Amino acid sequence: MSETDSIKGGVHRDMAHDSAAKHVTGAADYTDDIAEPIGTLHAYFGTSDVAHARITSVDLAAVRAAPGVVGVLTAEDVPGVNDVSPTGRHDEPLFAKDTIEFWGQVVFAVVAESRDEARRAASLAQITYETLAHVTEADEAIAKGYPDVTAPMTLQRGDIAKGQAEATHRINGQMRIGGQDHMYLEGHIAFAMPGEDDDVVVHCSTQHPSEAQHMVAHVLGVPNNAVVVNVRRMGGGFGGKESQMNQFAATAALAAKRWKRPVKIRPDRDQDMESTGKRHDFVVDYDVGFADDGRITAVDAQFAARCGWSSDLSGPVTDRALFHADNAYFYPHVRLKSRPMKTNTVSNTAFRGFGGPQGVVGAERMIEEIAYALGKDPLEVRKANFYGDTDRNITPYHQEVEDNVIERLVDELERSSDYQARRQAVLDHNAKGGIIRKGISLTPVKFGISFTATWFNQAGALVHVYNDGSIMLNHGGTEMGQGLNTKIAQVVAEAFQVDIDRIKITKTTTEKVPNTSATAASSGTDLNGMAALDACDQIKARLVSWAAEAWDVAEDAVVFVANAVRVGEQEIAFKDFISKAYMARVQLSAAGFYKTPKIHWDREKGQGRPFYYFAYGAAVAEVSVDTLTGEYRVDRADVLHDVGKSLNPVLDKGQVEGAFVQGLGWLTSEELVWDDKGRLRTHAPSTYKIPLAGDIPREFNVKLADWSENRELTIKRSKAVGEPPFMLPICVFEALGMAVASVADYRECPRLDAPATPERVLMAVERLKA
Amino acid sequence: MTQGAKVRTEIRFVLNGRQMRLSDVGADDTLLDFLRIDQRLTGTKEGCAEGDCGACTVMVGRLTPEGLRYEVVNACIRFLASLDGCHVVTIEYLGGPNGRLSPVQQAMVDHHGSQCGFCTPGIVMSLYALWMEHERPSVPQVEVALQGNLCRCTGYAPIIRAAQAVTEYGTTTAEHLTMERDTVTTMLQAVRDGARVEVAKEGNRAILPADVDDLAVVLEAEPNATIVAGSTDVGLWVTKFLKRISPAVFVGHLEGLKSLEVQQDAITFGGGVTYTEAQDVIAQYYPHLSDYWDRIAGWQVRNMGTIGGNIANGSPIGDTPPVLIALGASITLRKGDVRRVLPLEDFFVAYGKQDRADGEFVESITVPRIRDGHHAAYKISKRREEDISSVAVGMAVQVDAGVISEAVLAFGGMAATPKRAAAAEAAMIGQPWSEATLLAAAAKLPDDFQPLDDMRASAAYRMTVAQNLFQRFWLEQSRAEAQLMAEGL
Repeated sequence: MSETDSIKGGVHRDMAHDSAAKHVTGAADYTDDIAEPIGTLHAYFGTSDVAHARITSVDLAAVRAAPGVVGVLTAEDVPGVNDVSPTGRHDEPLFAKDTIEFWGQVVFAVVAESRDEARRAASLAQITYETLAHVTEADEAIAKGYPDVTAPMTLQRGDIAKGQAEATHRINGQMRIGGQDHMYLEGHIAFAMPGEDDDVVVHCSTQHPSEAQHMVAHVLGVPNNAVVVNVRRMGGGFGGKESQMNQFAATAALAAKRWKRPVKIRPDRDQDMESTGKRHDFVVDYDVGFADDGRITAVDAQFAARCGWSSDLSGPVTDRALFHADNAYFYPHVRLKSRPMKTNTVSNTAFRGFGGPQGVVGAERMIEEIAYALGKDPLEVRKANFYGDTDRNITPYHQEVEDNVIERLVDELERSSDYQARRQAVLDHNAKGGIIRKGISLTPVKFGISFTATWFNQAGALVHVYNDGSIMLNHGGTEMGQGLNTKIAQVVAEAFQVDIDRIKITKTTTEKVPNTSATAASSGTDLNGMAALDACDQIKARLVSWAAEAWDVAEDAVVFVANAVRVGEQEIAFKDFISKAYMARVQLSAAGFYKTPKIHWDREKGQGRPFYYFAYGAAVAEVSVDTLTGEYRVDRADVLHDVGKSLNPVLDKGQVEGAFVQGLGWLTSEELVWDDKGRLRTHAPSTYKIPLAGDIPREFNVKLADWSENRELTIKRSKAVGEPPFMLPICVFEALGMAVASVADYRECPRLDAPATPERVLMAVERLKA
Repeated sequence: MTQGAKVRTEIRFVLNGRQMRLSDVGADDTLLDFLRIDQRLTGTKEGCAEGDCGACTVMVGRLTPEGLRYEVVNACIRFLASLDGCHVVTIEYLGGPNGRLSPVQQAMVDHHGSQCGFCTPGIVMSLYALWMEHERPSVPQVEVALQGNLCRCTGYAPIIRAAQAVTEYGTTTAEHLTMERDTVTTMLQAVRDGARVEVAKEGNRAILPADVDDLAVVLEAEPNATIVAGSTDVGLWVTKFLKRISPAVFVGHLEGLKSLEVQQDAITFGGGVTYTEAQDVIAQYYPHLSDYWDRIAGWQVRNMGTIGGNIANGSPIGDTPPVLIALGASITLRKGDVRRVLPLEDFFVAYGKQDRADGEFVESITVPRIRDGHHAAYKISKRREEDISSVAVGMAVQVDAGVISEAVLAFGGMAATPKRAAAAEAAMIGQPWSEATLLAAAAKLPDDFQPLDDMRASAAYRMTVAQNLFQRFWLEQSRAEAQLMAEGL
């Protein structure tokens, strides 16, 4: 029996989410569930109802006079800096002062005895405006000379003119890719408790407690050490709580210090959706050159994004779109440009994939164009363009692809899903010419892992072993449902060879681990798992050194075995061993640290190694489309995804399934609509439609590539899993396109824009029939 | 209620295992705020406060002529005052003593049905209610039960697996909710004192009439009162638009508005019949509406919302008016003891304006039984389920010796009110029953409608799809592709 087999909750095995029993009983506490001390006040934002204007007057008398109101906060009330921009660009005032840049911008906060009173009071403000012309679309912003909201980037390799000259075909096109609301089930919330001196503690639903801490300090004008930010868990994040919590955390803290009472702020769903950022919408202009065999010779593309009124994270998001505009394909000559456009809309932000998905969709559109132009199966074109192992393996950012497994994944999936026979059956079905048309598509994903801001690739952890042998685990990552805490507890259990029950998982707090990075970029386990392991290794080293001396054995004769430590010939229960170590004054606590090796990035040159490694996946989907109405259904989807050597296969599979369906929603039913006044019209689940149980593939087969191991020395050779599978359902989008294209006998690329709502599908059918 | 009968000034209900008596209750106090803020039962979550996400799902048990019946509802838009005589069951009450998980909860844990966990209590409640009805639910039954529950993390697959596995973990008979049925029934019967209930908080008043006659009396005295049936619309006036609804007259509890009378020629639905209560009758007597009915909102809303309310609120995009107009439905409006009957289509005067006087209420809806002929109901929406229709259509065509003798085509989403397509109908009557006739009628649709243009669908799409539905109607009725259509396409 191996040692690993005998503890409960070691690595590489299925473990339920550590909070599962609390989830199903309602006993898991979210920020709004924390008991409120007597005297707790509630804040609510008053926001603009114009998209772009100069403020001519602000009259808050009626707000102040409303029942229950304690006071209001405006730009004048900020003791520190009236700014919550996450990248330090100082372009995001917490409270608008002179100018309104989007519909829903925060102008003031009202603080009242109850949330209901605060909400009602907020609607009583009299604000007058001198309205200005506004812009909501990225291409419109370019046309009207709006600025980039942050510096654009260019990736270039080879000689684009040469590549184009070598092409026997060239196609230009444009594609519009919609944004996406996070629609985390738990909306934004912050709850601040004032302390003595400058101190304040903020409970906040955030993926980035350190940033919330820094931003609260920045707004209050106090050092970071005065502010503590805590988060036990979030009810979903998906990137929406990486920077967007700042305004809530800062306002709650500001009010708590001002009135010396606890203050909670929680927007309703409409305000959450109107006033916090989303996935970026893109307009992609592409020019692809290729040969008769479908091989790409040159790609010249521009990715313009609706970034909104401030930069937020739009710089790295649009950068990542370019980093993924190759997906899994080698472009011999390439030029990719980003245009992060300022618009009079809410400031778009991080969302699972962080611009990458839009880049991949752009790449796959070019593959579709080639396939339809040449009358080939798009899969054949894909295979012709896959990165090679030893040649044709340089990305547009000059990083060598060293760990390519895409061909093996695609080959296995093509066989296991019976792709070829099913594609023929789809073609045969459509040839009969009925109303119901079918489509099938197999698409790959290659996704780069690491923050492209290299300094974020660091993490800390704090592990305490108490003298009864129980262990407390703290790390800088945050739990939003992905099972991060479970996986890291498995790493710690494995390290000490103890049952996972012995490990207490705690809230994430800036008091225990400082200067953490956001739990984002799929990096939570990679970074924090290694930091936790480092802490365990430090403690173990001290224990080994002490035990070797105390029992007079060689250090390698001290071995951690299941729930015990073997010292020479004797085996001591872990609990007793720790108790003895304590009595012998061994330090049983350690702070661990990790920084990702090998990575570097020169954005000016567009060259470097931004990614430690790549994660891969592939999926095939078959759909049916009603060509009279545009309605459709996903008949079947098969997924094969690479998570390296999984720390916890069942949790990873859950990430893959969940990401697939979330991506499916992005590309099908989730549509953000702004009206001509610049107002978002889809701002609640009644108007913004994420997938339901009945929308998932009728047959849904998800498998992890169990043979995969990360070539790099990641935590137990696993790979990140949060974002990469989000791009798998691009196969659904393309299958819908195929069904549409069948009405014109596949002569024309269907050029569906995303999301492919029933309306877009029907209108494309009508266009191709015409 | 006759003059002089008693008025009770507190609502009485059972919350989990406790008898509650509350007098300080405002018309717009929601069950969710009561649970979370007053009772600190924080397992029930607020996700949207508009009845669309299901994070606040709880079960409400009430006495029906068939006995104690539990249904899932959205606590966010359910008013506290409406719970008089009910048993409210929250997530905290599932499972047994000593922290034992109920079979539904254990199946969700073992099948990894939660990730962030925020939607989970609501999902568990829906699956629990489903399990009480179907110990071994099919996948389609699970999907229908979860139409009102959003999950953003899991992609639902593990939840569906859990739902199907529940039966492996225990039986409903062993559940304490089952074993307590007699006790709870007795407790709820004790609340039924035949009294009108009037409660108020700081002048914010809620009235629960004793019976339908009492409702007529109350509305004559309070002609401007807000009538609240299922609160699936009025609830949003409060939670989203902060509107005051006092005085509010609640009618959802009135047994007298829940009649379902199947007569020889017609079926009469009481104005307070919920979508769920009507479901079996709809499926049996109007089979073309069966699937359509399952696509009205989600399960929680179907358990709360009423046909009468769907009509009375006059929305141009309500799901039932087009299909009921196509069937030739009429409604009975009552004020005091005076009743009048009018064709449903005449009720909708203009956008936001219905032919309903102050103090008048929708007492019943009478829908003719189906004769021979061709009938269809279509709903087009951005998302197939739990979405408001872009276009809703009811079609009824009678054919006599190959010639169309009657045609009623009623549309929602195509005008400011639910409305018949007069020009298209005229183009059909007297013509042969053929694809050519239907396509010719479709071509007339632009004469009938200027569709809405909004975030749900463009006017162009609404018109195109409405016209194409004539062809779908033909194909289905002529059986050319009936099978595929039946599969939901």
